[in-house]
Amino acid sequence: MGWGERYDDAGEEVREVHVLAVDDNFVDRKVIERLLRSSACKATVVESGRRALQLLGMDEEMKGCCDLHGSQPKVDMVITDYCMPGMTGYELLKRIKESSALREIPVVVTSSEGIVARINRCMDQGAEEFLLKPVKLSDVKRLKDNMKRREAQPRKESRASAARKRNLEDEDSFAGPSSSSSTTSSPVSHGDRPLI
Amino acid sequence: MDALQLRKQLIEYTAELFSEGFLDEQFTQLQQLQDETNPNFVVEVVSLFFQDSERLLNELAKSLSQQEIDFKKIDAYVHQLKGSSSSVGAHRVQRSCISFRDFCNAKNIEGCLECLQKVKQEYSLIKDKLETFFDLEQRLSATGGSPPLP
Repeated sequence: MGWGERYDDAGEEVREVHVLAVDDNFVDRKVIERLLRSSACKATVVESGRRALQLLGMDEEMKGCCDLHGSQPKVDMVITDYCMPGMTGYELLKRIKESSALREIPVVVTSSEGIVARINRCMDQGAEEFLLKPVKLSDVKRLKDNMKRREAQPRKESRASAARKRNLEDEDSFAGPSSSSSTTSSPVSHGDRPLI
Repeated sequence: MDALQLRKQLIEYTAELFSEGFLDEQFTQLQQLQDETNPNFVVEVVSLFFQDSERLLNELAKSLSQQEIDFKKIDAYVHQLKGSSSSVGAHRVQRSCISFRDFCNAKNIEGCLECLQKVKQEYSLIKDKLETFFDLEQRLSATGGSPPLP
């Protein structure tokens, strides 16, 4: 309620990827919001790290997560500008990664300056990616694809295991040796095989 | 002027804005984000940019006329202006902000004042040109002509 859930024709809730974007510049906020919505993401856009933490259910003073009766929307990703007055994007990243409740949320940092020390600092703190501004549609698409790939990971492994199992069963039914050498790659590399 | 002529004029004018460096590919990105669900997106963003820039230019003029100049504050304003001009593809405004920041870092008042004039000039130019661009677009759409693809 209030967060724009969407429903398909059967009345089932369709969950879009929900991105929380943080930027103190209001032109940038308008652009990132449109970029995200164009990429079929649900976008919540705020102007400060403090506001972002509030939305994530984290109170600055309490330094913990207070679940306001479960009214926090599930946020799938945070995209934050680095240079902001008050709480910087780096500080927001740090707060999220230090929180047991929030640390799994991928945080992308954006900046108009690709200063190496800055990039390293953010990546060391657990940033998902560091993007140079202005953020493009192709950046958002890539982030979304990476997220989906990561969510699909557990399913991917079980499908590959099932395929491996089928290969082994097929081998048992073959008369001759070595004809199936191309299908019996080692278990260690199966993660690299493309999805069947 | 009929739709075909207007369309041609718009295409030529747009090409000129790009070739003379007034606009860069970020402007094209904005155009690509515009669709039937958000038919006025570009005008809306650019209007925000105009509002924001005018506010920042006023603040910059005020700050540079103080007895005690706060270079940090000035740098922060220029950083904002550089950011929003970059986000709309206002390339020459963005470029003029870069040298401005250098003079801020060097605490060079004369340099800053000169840069402020330059930024104001570039802003005034791009504002003019974008208003002409939107006017052409609007006239084309009023004739029922199809807009050129970005």
